[in-house]
Amino acid sequence: MDDMSRKPNALDLHIPKPRARPGDKPDFSGWSFPEPGSTPKPDIEESAVEMRDFAYGLIRVLDMEGNALGPWTPSISPEELRRGLKYMLLTRAFDERMHRAQRQGKTSFYMQCLGEEAIAVAQTIALNGDDMCFPSYRQQGILIAREYPLVDMMHQIYSNAQDPLKGRQLPIMYSSKKEGFFTISGNLATQVPQAVGWAMASAYSNDGRIAATWLGDGSTAEGDFHAAMTFAAVYKAPVIINVVNNQWAISSFQGIAGGENTTFAARGVGYGMPPLRVDGNDFLAVYAVTKWAAERARANLGPTLIEHFTYRGGPHSTSDDPSRYRPADEGRCWPLGDPIERLRDHLVSLGEWSEEQHRQAQEEAVELVRATGREAEKVGVLSTEAPQRRAEMFEDVYKDVPWHLAQQRDEGA
Amino acid sequence: MPSMTMIQALNSALDTMMGRDPNVLTFGEDVGYFGGVFKVTEHLQQKYGAKRCFDAPISENGITATAIGMAVYGLRPVVEIQFADYMYPGYDQLVNEASRIRYRSAGDFTVPLTVRMPYGGGIRGGQTHSQSPETLFTHVAGLKTVIPSTPYDAKGLLISAIEDDDPVIFMEPKRIYNGPFDGFHDRQVSPWSKHAASEVPEGYYKIPLGKANVVKEGEALTVLAYGTMVHVALAAAAEAGIDAEVIDLRTLVPIDIETIVASVEKTGRCVIVHEATRTSGFGGELSALVQEHCFYKLEAPIERVTGYDTPYPHSQEWEYFPTPPRIIKAMRRVLES
Repeated sequence: MDDMSRKPNALDLHIPKPRARPGDKPDFSGWSFPEPGSTPKPDIEESAVEMRDFAYGLIRVLDMEGNALGPWTPSISPEELRRGLKYMLLTRAFDERMHRAQRQGKTSFYMQCLGEEAIAVAQTIALNGDDMCFPSYRQQGILIAREYPLVDMMHQIYSNAQDPLKGRQLPIMYSSKKEGFFTISGNLATQVPQAVGWAMASAYSNDGRIAATWLGDGSTAEGDFHAAMTFAAVYKAPVIINVVNNQWAISSFQGIAGGENTTFAARGVGYGMPPLRVDGNDFLAVYAVTKWAAERARANLGPTLIEHFTYRGGPHSTSDDPSRYRPADEGRCWPLGDPIERLRDHLVSLGEWSEEQHRQAQEEAVELVRATGREAEKVGVLSTEAPQRRAEMFEDVYKDVPWHLAQQRDEGA
Repeated sequence: MPSMTMIQALNSALDTMMGRDPNVLTFGEDVGYFGGVFKVTEHLQQKYGAKRCFDAPISENGITATAIGMAVYGLRPVVEIQFADYMYPGYDQLVNEASRIRYRSAGDFTVPLTVRMPYGGGIRGGQTHSQSPETLFTHVAGLKTVIPSTPYDAKGLLISAIEDDDPVIFMEPKRIYNGPFDGFHDRQVSPWSKHAASEVPEGYYKIPLGKANVVKEGEALTVLAYGTMVHVALAAAAEAGIDAEVIDLRTLVPIDIETIVASVEKTGRCVIVHEATRTSGFGGELSALVQEHCFYKLEAPIERVTGYDTPYPHSQEWEYFPTPPRIIKAMRRVLES
């Protein structure tokens, strides 16, 4: 249509833009969060309709000095908290080493969860050990908190001869039925409706276990997330759906996924699902909301949507450089701090931990990872010279190897 | 032995398996109270309760994905996709998930899932109720694809699919749900009750996956077909008086290569018939297999009679559908060359 024939109008395509890109100062101005301890705690039987305000607030327990405040303060022993802290330290040390191992050419790919450690670790401690987890690729803390052997994680990352997944999966796409850790897909959000189906099956079989699943802010835009929300709500599936809003989907800020006009927790409102929005860097708050949602699910009262408000401290993966799309110091300026430091401060304020103990625990974590790394590397690192046994490539496509796969296996041998 | 339509036979398979195994359940759009738009799940909700046969939201994505989760848990879900044409919103869950979960977890997790879907044309269903997308499943490593052509086979194959420990795509030729269709749309349709394969045992029996059926022996040429086209090919051979050997493949993956090779080596000539579009259709795979295995026994080029490479048209349905006259022409070309 030529310009002359166009009537004056207001239309202009809106493309969301983040507040800061490289070269800009990190900008969190105008963000306001409810005070720690100020959010009421509803009964687990509260109706989703009554809980709508939770979608727009932020549940916080720890203040920035390490004090636990308000009704969401969980009853959790200092012993459990120290356990959580150690798992977080171990997760961070593991990430640090394996990220470096990729840079050294020992594997093809790695993904850290820097800054998000509290989410997987606190939630795993809040869940029962036999509850089923359907994670995305940034919840390695689940395996660490369930004490899956670190060395097996490394064997998987190196696709070496002891890789439990036989070299078939991209590094960090772990799987462990024994630890209730579903095989990570690598596609986004596909695990969410699967978790709902698993939870429906658990209710059908009334075995008492519940499911938990995680996805990022970016992948809430996938149809799978909305199918999952519909089915979970319709069948009151005993499942906890966790949206980890770490602000960035590779280079796209959360506004591109629809976070500009509302919260991700608010997605729950339309589905009639209790929406809890929580400070994801607050170990106690994450633990408390997970306990609440797990109790609700176990009482057959249905699913809960939890938005964990956090910040992805590292790159998306070893394949991107975040300084190309966001201010390099944005993570350091994150107003809700570092989850490890905040739990440390809390334990110190309780008199249950000291700077010295913390430094020692940190060193122990690094040393454990270093020793385990040496053990794994002795078995092998990713290499074209020492590939996995070729025939195994043809197994597990089906339960039995059909004739056409046997033929393909044999013709190349 | 009772005479059943294919719908009754499929219903009987579900009934048999739900009766035998509490881990078998079924769901899909309109599947519960109403018994499915084609009535394959009729009375199952009354008999087994709503928890074992229920209605699903209109989300093939959600149906497929939740069924995968159930199968991972250890149930044996059987889901109905109302028309094969509706599968695509759930296709990612089949291609990237169901088919690979065993492989990517090195056997730690498995997906004993059956996905039923009516497919195919000849029902005046237009573009979105007539498609034959089997090749979209046969191309995916980790899926099995099964297509019955009679009530007897439908029940035995569905029971095998449900008991299989891998995901099975079970495609039901809806044109022959209520009677075998010979491809002559202007002739009287005969009911299943007049067909020998409508004799279906009431109880449990299986037809193994991966085994074809020689439905008519012959010497002049081999016809490879499945679903509705088995009946159309038989009618074509009868109409033309050609001594064709007609093979009903029954399972496309894994394919029964031995039966195919034995027949083509005997006849030296091969015609492949399917409703789906030709380019990259399953006929291409069959043709390649036949020439790889039988090249020196072939007396003539292999012929394909298929749907055309167009969307499935509405009013031009009988131009599009591979009817007996088209099959007869192909048979004659194969015999004359």
